[in-house]
Amino acid sequence: MSVLWILLLPMAGILLPVLFARAGRTVTAWLTALMPALALALLLQQAPDVFAGTVPVYSAPWVPLLGLQLSLHLDGLAFLFCLLILGIGLLIILYARYYLSEEDNMGLFYTYLLFFMVAMLGVVLSSNLLQLWLFWELTSISSFLLISFWWHKSEARKGARMALTVTGFGGLALLGALLLIGHVTGTYELREVLTMGHVLRNSEYYPAILALFLLGAFTKSAQFPFQFWLPHAMAAPTPVSAYLHSATMVKAGVFLLARFYPVLAGTDAWFVAVSLTGMATMLVGAYIALFKHDLKGLLAYSTVSHLGLITLLLGLGTDLAAVAAVFHIINHAVFKASLFMAAGIIDHESGTRDMRKLNGLWKYMPWTATLAMVAASSMAGVPLLNGFLSKEMLFSETLHQSTLGALSWWIPLLATAGGAFAVAYSLRFMHDVFFNGEPIDLPRTPHEPPRYMRVPVEVLVVLCLLVGVFPQFMVGDILDTASMAVLQSTLPQYSLAVWHGFNFPLLMSAMAIVGGLTLYINRRHLFDFQVQFADRDAKHVFEGMVQRLIAGVTRLHQWLDDGSLQRSMFLLILLALLVSAAPLFELVNTVGRHPQLPINWVVGFCAALMIAATFVTLWWSHLRLVALIALSVVGLIVSIAFAYFSAPDLALTQLSVEVVTILLFLLALFFLPQKSPTIDSKLTIIVRDFSVAALFGSVVGTICYAMLTRPLDTISDFFVANSKPGGGGTNVVNVILVDFRGFDTLGEITVLGIAALGIYKLLAQMLVSMPSADSKGYRWSKERHPFLLAVVSQSLLPLALLVSAYIFLRGHNMPGGGFIAGLITAIALIQQYVAHGVVWMKERMPINYLGLIASGLLIATLSGLGSWAFGHHFLTTWFDHFHLPLVGEFELASAMVFDFGVYLTVIGATLLILANLGKLTTSERLQAGDN
Amino acid sequence: MEFTFALSVGVLTTAGIYLMLRAQTFPVILGLTLLSYAVNLFLFASGRLTVNGAAIVGHSEQLADPLPQALVLTAIVIGFAMTAFILILAIRARADLGNDHVDGRELPPERSAIEEALADRIEKNTAAHKAQHNKSHSRHKRKQS
Repeated sequence: MSVLWILLLPMAGILLPVLFARAGRTVTAWLTALMPALALALLLQQAPDVFAGTVPVYSAPWVPLLGLQLSLHLDGLAFLFCLLILGIGLLIILYARYYLSEEDNMGLFYTYLLFFMVAMLGVVLSSNLLQLWLFWELTSISSFLLISFWWHKSEARKGARMALTVTGFGGLALLGALLLIGHVTGTYELREVLTMGHVLRNSEYYPAILALFLLGAFTKSAQFPFQFWLPHAMAAPTPVSAYLHSATMVKAGVFLLARFYPVLAGTDAWFVAVSLTGMATMLVGAYIALFKHDLKGLLAYSTVSHLGLITLLLGLGTDLAAVAAVFHIINHAVFKASLFMAAGIIDHESGTRDMRKLNGLWKYMPWTATLAMVAASSMAGVPLLNGFLSKEMLFSETLHQSTLGALSWWIPLLATAGGAFAVAYSLRFMHDVFFNGEPIDLPRTPHEPPRYMRVPVEVLVVLCLLVGVFPQFMVGDILDTASMAVLQSTLPQYSLAVWHGFNFPLLMSAMAIVGGLTLYINRRHLFDFQVQFADRDAKHVFEGMVQRLIAGVTRLHQWLDDGSLQRSMFLLILLALLVSAAPLFELVNTVGRHPQLPINWVVGFCAALMIAATFVTLWWSHLRLVALIALSVVGLIVSIAFAYFSAPDLALTQLSVEVVTILLFLLALFFLPQKSPTIDSKLTIIVRDFSVAALFGSVVGTICYAMLTRPLDTISDFFVANSKPGGGGTNVVNVILVDFRGFDTLGEITVLGIAALGIYKLLAQMLVSMPSADSKGYRWSKERHPFLLAVVSQSLLPLALLVSAYIFLRGHNMPGGGFIAGLITAIALIQQYVAHGVVWMKERMPINYLGLIASGLLIATLSGLGSWAFGHHFLTTWFDHFHLPLVGEFELASAMVFDFGVYLTVIGATLLILANLGKLTTSERLQAGDN
Repeated sequence: MEFTFALSVGVLTTAGIYLMLRAQTFPVILGLTLLSYAVNLFLFASGRLTVNGAAIVGHSEQLADPLPQALVLTAIVIGFAMTAFILILAIRARADLGNDHVDGRELPPERSAIEEALADRIEKNTAAHKAQHNKSHSRHKRKQS
């Protein structure tokens, strides 16, 4: 359980700083530090257990179907990283209190920092692959926020974007790798996966897994050739750089390598890919670092180089190399965090980070200078400091390599060369900044920083010394348990002594130091040599690539969609045609074995009529009224077809919808041009469009025919069998609508309501031009509401309402139901609007249609929720039979209440649309704010 | 029977798609309506064709497949909502943009008959004026030479 709290406590503290930012800077810093400090205490309390070899775990189901669990474990490796994250994190919080200026939003900064801390803790504690990935992505996002904290600076925005793009891309690759691992091993639980190394290594997916996995790890850890994002992330405030690039963000990549070391390492592919990448990164980083004039730039490339070193160690594949890698993770975190903070102090107190201006600072800040020089010596690998020990281990491991055959001696040679460059740039950091003459026109006169700003640096530098002098006492236990977790087997014999006697690694160290001194003394020549190469700014290259990508995509998009609906529609139809026609080429027999119905002359006549009407619609589509009349004929025959082919519910619905639709079309036509231009396109376009349409029609017709003549395989038998006993109705279609698939219907009437609302909004305050005459120039008739129509429709109203009530009530057992009844009622009312006009109706029927829709939806939803009260699922129906004198036996079902909701919604929506459109012509027209 | 049904669906689809590719809003909506008839019939056909077999328990021996019917029923109502929405959209587009082209471009508004006649007359006048001017100009030229 306490494992969970290590993660939960900082998570609970995320919002504290931003909420209490007004309480003052010191209070905010204390509040921020509170939760991580508690978590650290909790972590240290676990230390004896972890060192004794037990692994505290916590596990809870999250999305079990996806294999996603909330599972955490605190093994040696996780413990080590938690210690670094929380420990250095607390020092950073203290440091940032003094680093940030008054103008910076401190609360927000601390919130981002804690967010990042939680994400990192999540990565190292996770023992579920998917959960690990989730936190991994969170580190990318939170580091984006941190790097772009000074978002008013262009380089901060660009640097943050670059970091997010590169690490986000890596995260995607990592997800692929983790999914493949889950696929191969059949589990997403890390502890189970870690026992299945042989399965993974022998799997056919191993190369793909390794490639994707390394892509994820290398982008995060800024390995060559992805090293370019890290130096640009230096646009962040220095506390962020100190945190992200020493102990956390970039270490996540090497953490991942270490985490999966037991299952993925040990093959030639691993050795070649990881060690060569590490070697290249180490050399490139160390070389470039020497030439950087920016203090943080130098440290950034040195970070790249040291990450390369760790990667190289993990790539070597021997047990001792893995131990050395873990050791160097600790050492690098300690000295690099202190160096970044020292660089931040120098920047803060002198106003620049340019080493060409910074000289002779020893006189101004001797104490800071001493601290920085000790840390830099550790970075160079000077004896009696921690950096020396792990570098010594590296040198000794490179000597034992034989994988490159007779050329294996390259490895120690190159490692020594990397060491020499590390000595050279460390020397530059020390000599150039603190000695080497006088400072050159600094913005400020440098002086020692505030007392507590230096404390974090002091703590870390003391650690450097202590680890360097008493390694076994300081880090023996933690190194043992963490290495054990990496190796998942017994530890190799190793000794953490400072002095191993005169041996080859010591000679290599000496060579590196002498080589570094020589390089630094002759740096002028090197600088002159380097100047010949054009210094390409990765930011410009990257931004250029992004711009080109965006331009390319924009061109593609503009080609696909140039703002012409006709063109997009044409392309879309073409695509649909290709997709739907392709399988037909495979189909040998169009006609299946399903027995066909004989055709009779009625059907033939109706079909001929419909086809003719369709062609009239097509041919005279420019004479809009004619086309509309023809369209209504088509609709009528469609409803007849439904009636003929045993679908009375459909026929009734289609018929009533048809009436409403045509009325709507007629109303709309009043506000639209009465005619289209006779020839609206060129003949070639007409031919082209018609050909595509005909092709599409023939494909659809063929598919329809092939489907109709094939035997039916349906799931409907269930509905038919359960309609009466389960739903209490004999009309299966209606029972499906209100019972079996009631949730669909609820969604559907909601859509109807939303469409009506959208129309209501579109109609509000619309400026329409009303034609005063028809297309031939005749004025409209003076008699607005014919008397005969008014009388007939008024006397028909009760009858129509009665019919609709009847249709509604019988719907559960016979054709009918809420939809159809609602439409019939709506038509009856619209009939009154047509016959009497809006004003007349408004006086007699002051109904709020919006309210009608809302109450319909509410009734339907409540009838569904009602079943919860009886302990059933949402929308479970209830029914029973009753007997009343005179009426006889009848049935009551809760589905009827639901259907009533449907009924009301349909009426409300239909009338809202039609009545409001009709009102446009009158003084009652819709204004904003009424209905 | 099946062939006739499929033929009708094909014809409806053809007409619907052709009209959907037109440049004015009204024919496009007509096309959409035709296409939704076709789609509804097509979906309905997935239950195959049955005569005298309404899906009512106890009504007959062989019942039509009720599931496509239920789906098509909701499709008809939703189709109505969509048609209504798009019609109002067309009206609104014409009101705001002054024309009924599908791309919603801000074309100059359509001219009424009077405006048309006026423009016509202006054009004629200008042409006549120009001709006059040209004539005098050329005469002038000739004199010079």
